[in-house]
Amino acid sequence: MLADKDRIFTNLYGIHDWRLAGARARGAWDNTKALLDRGPDAIVDEIKKSGLRGRGGAGFPTGLKWSFMPKEVKDRPHYLVVNADESEPGTCKDRDIMRHDPHLLVEGCLVAGFAMRAHAGYIYVRGEFYNEAEHLKAAIREAYDAGLLGKNACGSGWDFDLHVHRGAGAYICGEETALLESLEGKKGMPRLKPPFPAGAGLYGCPTTVNNVESIAVAPTILRRGASWFSSFGRPNNTGTKLYCISGHVNKPCNVEEAMSIPMRELIEKYAGGVRGGWDNLLAVIPGGASVPLLPKDICDTVLMDFDALKDQKSGLGTAAVIVMDKSTDVIKAIARLSYFYKHESCGQCTPCREGTGWMWRVMERMVVGDARIEEIDALEDVTKQVEGHTICALGDAAAWPIQGLIRHFRPEMERRIRARTRQLAAE
Amino acid sequence: MAMITADPKDVPQVASFAFTPENLEKAKALIAQYPPGRQASAVIGVLDLAQRQQGWLPRAAMDAVAELLDMAPIRVYEIATFYTMFQLRPKGKYLLQVCTTTPCWLRGSEGVMKVCREMADGETFSVQEVECLGGCVNAPVVQINDDFYEDLDETSMRRILDAFRRGETPKPGPQIDRQTSAPVGGPMTLKSE
Repeated sequence: MLADKDRIFTNLYGIHDWRLAGARARGAWDNTKALLDRGPDAIVDEIKKSGLRGRGGAGFPTGLKWSFMPKEVKDRPHYLVVNADESEPGTCKDRDIMRHDPHLLVEGCLVAGFAMRAHAGYIYVRGEFYNEAEHLKAAIREAYDAGLLGKNACGSGWDFDLHVHRGAGAYICGEETALLESLEGKKGMPRLKPPFPAGAGLYGCPTTVNNVESIAVAPTILRRGASWFSSFGRPNNTGTKLYCISGHVNKPCNVEEAMSIPMRELIEKYAGGVRGGWDNLLAVIPGGASVPLLPKDICDTVLMDFDALKDQKSGLGTAAVIVMDKSTDVIKAIARLSYFYKHESCGQCTPCREGTGWMWRVMERMVVGDARIEEIDALEDVTKQVEGHTICALGDAAAWPIQGLIRHFRPEMERRIRARTRQLAAE
Repeated sequence: MAMITADPKDVPQVASFAFTPENLEKAKALIAQYPPGRQASAVIGVLDLAQRQQGWLPRAAMDAVAELLDMAPIRVYEIATFYTMFQLRPKGKYLLQVCTTTPCWLRGSEGVMKVCREMADGETFSVQEVECLGGCVNAPVVQINDDFYEDLDETSMRRILDAFRRGETPKPGPQIDRQTSAPVGGPMTLKSE
């Protein structure tokens, strides 16, 4: 079990003061100038060595991403953009960072911004998080007043401005290029890549977009060292991580634990176990709605990290663990996610715009068994035609939960179709 | 599904819209967050101000925002119809945004929705089904205006709405005995000072 002294988010539950004085007492903003004095390249190297992989879902190495920014600022300014559009179903960790420990994020923005030679940063907060954005704005004001942000931030000689930008309800804006479009005042429709944001991002300028958690852990990694961070978890899956455990557990909660913790241990130790006991478990969605679910026999032993879950054809995603016990109508649970993706598709790419609606309608029929057995194959075939054929990953995200359902619960889908066919014949 | 349009025909006609001096200041502060010439970046924030002032977003308000930001009106209509938090028709005093996405559904959002639909009269309460609100470990969640009400069931939902109806403001957050996102019974971690 991770010791409290090794936890980064020491006010995760908001028990203590979230303002500057409280954050300082917990170690934030402690000689930040010394961190910056190491220079941008040393900071990027340390983050690379720590093995930190992006905490927003895709798991791309954070240090490597930072290193894609141009080494010199030429005619275009550099920007740091923080993705706080947390909307992946099951995920509510960035919310806790923003409302309970906003200074970790604000300090992280300065460090990351400096490392990528940006003088300005924008934090894109989902519109529904009104109160969370207010905490963040208050923390930024405190930081300006204390000389930690703005001109000569922390006495480092580097100028850095930070702004909060609220969204207005659109899951797609969590996709980094849709977020940039939205930040520019347009509809949140993803851009074709390349060019990648590091080449042409916000206002066509070099930009890096990072998740809240990825940025908030950076100062602690620099203070305690890459080797401290990488001592947790397995190689290529290092560090500590915020997990959100929701659904049919006795005590749903957020918790920070080491990467690669066994899923069963995570659920039983922190979330009070599955309702009705472990044997009452049906399935778990391990990393937010977009990743395929896993049936109990895999959950018995699987580890919570990028590689272990990928080996099981699922993913760590945002580490949002959605637990379903045996009372769950698993087809309906996935059909509701299909509706989510249909609702959130931006409509730009035909396979996603048409496919998400089609898949949802078929899924609704699957819920009641109003289908032919062959339609399960047709459904799977369509998921494969959507997957990989769209500008952004929303199409993939809509396809994967259905693929997972068919992979692991096809007999239940067939049983339901047969039962309805029999019922109709009897009537 | 009904067409989403910036100009619905069945809403009260609002002939003109002007920001209050206070909101105009706020709008200018928002615009100042972005580089010169990039004032369109403030469109979501300024539309939100307009919506807060008017209670909803009539087309006259969108036009005022377009003028203030020097944007083509169609670009503002696109924003107002793309993002789901913009209310294109009048709402009750309290907007109940009920999350029914899978994590909330697993923990009983159907019952919570039933209570909200019963109570919705269009004047005090309007109800809207929304996608994941991002409070999943405190499911089911309902957002009422700017606040999240969490760990709800039919009884607590009814209690909260009755309180609003009496003119009170019930305490947001978990409606059961628990500290924010910590497990019921108290945190298992972060117990050492």
